[in-house]
Amino acid sequence: MSTNAYALADSWTMTRRELAHWARQPVQVVVALVFPVMLLLMFGYLIGGGRGVEGSYIDYLLPGMLALTMAFGLEGTMIAVTQDLNKGVIDRFRSMPMTNGAVLVGRSVADMLQSALALLALMGVGFALGWRVDGGPVAFLGAVGLLLLFRFAMLWIGIYLALVAGKPELVQAVQILVWPIGFLSNALALPGSMPGWLGTVVEWNPMSHTATAARDLFRGTGTEHLWPAVVWPLLLLAVFFPLAVGRFARLSR
Amino acid sequence: MADTAIIVEGARKKYGGKAGKNALDGLDLTVAAGTVHGVLGPNGAGKTTLVRILSTLLRADSGRVQVAGHDVVRQAYEVRLRIGLLGQHAALDEELDGRQNLEMFGRLHHLGGRRAGVRASELLERFGLADTGRKPVKQYSGGMRRRLDLAASLIGNRHGTDPQVLFLDEPTTGLDPRGRAEVWSAVRSLVGGGTTVLLTTQYLEEADQLADRISVVDAGRVTADGTADELKALTGGDRIDVVLRDAGQLGAAVALLPLPKDAVSVDTDRRLLSARVTDRMAALSGVVQALEAAGIEAEDVALRRPTLDEVFLHLTGDDNRVKEPA
Repeated sequence: MSTNAYALADSWTMTRRELAHWARQPVQVVVALVFPVMLLLMFGYLIGGGRGVEGSYIDYLLPGMLALTMAFGLEGTMIAVTQDLNKGVIDRFRSMPMTNGAVLVGRSVADMLQSALALLALMGVGFALGWRVDGGPVAFLGAVGLLLLFRFAMLWIGIYLALVAGKPELVQAVQILVWPIGFLSNALALPGSMPGWLGTVVEWNPMSHTATAARDLFRGTGTEHLWPAVVWPLLLLAVFFPLAVGRFARLSR
Repeated sequence: MADTAIIVEGARKKYGGKAGKNALDGLDLTVAAGTVHGVLGPNGAGKTTLVRILSTLLRADSGRVQVAGHDVVRQAYEVRLRIGLLGQHAALDEELDGRQNLEMFGRLHHLGGRRAGVRASELLERFGLADTGRKPVKQYSGGMRRRLDLAASLIGNRHGTDPQVLFLDEPTTGLDPRGRAEVWSAVRSLVGGGTTVLLTTQYLEEADQLADRISVVDAGRVTADGTADELKALTGGDRIDVVLRDAGQLGAAVALLPLPKDAVSVDTDRRLLSARVTDRMAALSGVVQALEAAGIEAEDVALRRPTLDEVFLHLTGDDNRVKEPA
């Protein structure tokens, strides 16, 4: 087999490892899917809200919750990578003639699959709550694509941060920081309803762009907010993907 | 150099920047193929750092390191194809069962799915783990985990046989005597298959039992190297022990025995007189004749080799460290 074929085979082996973990812990998998649904219900009904939103709040809120769920995926990635690094098994992987990056690829595929499932669960509940999609199938898939692209950027930020932090204690700090970053966005409310400086922060938050673009695509209300939702994640990837890969390769220093 | 499995020349490694501690301080080591080499040293001597460098997990700051004929930095892939590693801590996926672990490692060693399965069955059988079923590794006992870890380190090479070079980093630390015996017999069975084994240990008995040659490591360098017998000879050769019936006669015995007086030690409680000797037989007959002539009754007269404990303490003791240039 060629090097590329080995790289593919190794990546598949590592992905299977993650899926085997799922099979071992079905409860955890379900809980991870229930959590964003719970948040959706909480913000949709318990807290109410939708300050400054015209029309149905669920149509505004749901794409925002989808984006928020993608952002929160950062935590999951970080925790998983940190746990792996702090177990002896990473030493065995690194002392084997496998493609080293396969460890990261396995992580990526599993996390992206998990996020896709979370999107499905949220959208299913959304439809039940009266969420309406008027943009047509192409725009729908485009929105899902943008959400997953954003998740992919979060994934590599998560891998990099986990490699830098190394220890589970530092992961906790990042976990707490993800919340304000997630909520300082237009996921739940329009920036116009906020104090000026906060509105500015919110408008600059890459997650807001993804949420806005997804909203527009789901509703079929134009594509002029689309580009930032493409450019931001790509920019983040351009920075954090090489950083993460480099950091992983330097574990031997 | 087909008959040399491991070459380490002047390996240095410092942790934590310039002010850091020298984990390895110009370490040299050569291990012949098909032998068991013991690396013996106290905690913090650099044993684990050495194993991590040899198994491509860590890069030395300087020096040349070759394993199975390949440079561990420039030809890491070639090295990884040929080695197995048993670290101090279990390198297993705790969530998966034993078979899942071994099959995964087999695939990553590029055995292919079918052969990985065959090899996993073979190793589970060999280490008495065939009936562990679907139980995840986190529910294993310490001994079982160690055996599975050892099995995983033997996944080996593309031919589905044992690896060419195996590193065992304190393989029996934390195991009960039974677990230790199991690991020992596994190591002995490997050598029959031609595998070169480098094992680190703090236990002299372990090195004495398993290793063909031993390197004593202290403060990041090798302070002595040789077979167990050669190392024992380092402390000044054989000793003669004389146990008298009457402790009161010890002084008289020291005065009249044909032994160098500065090399004699006396233990009154045990009625024991002990001395280093150079010519074993001359010393033995000389002592027996002198005791008989003086009418001193002896309970026991025996020649013995120094123990490895004596060697170890001699080599790693503080008196020895003073002699080393800083």
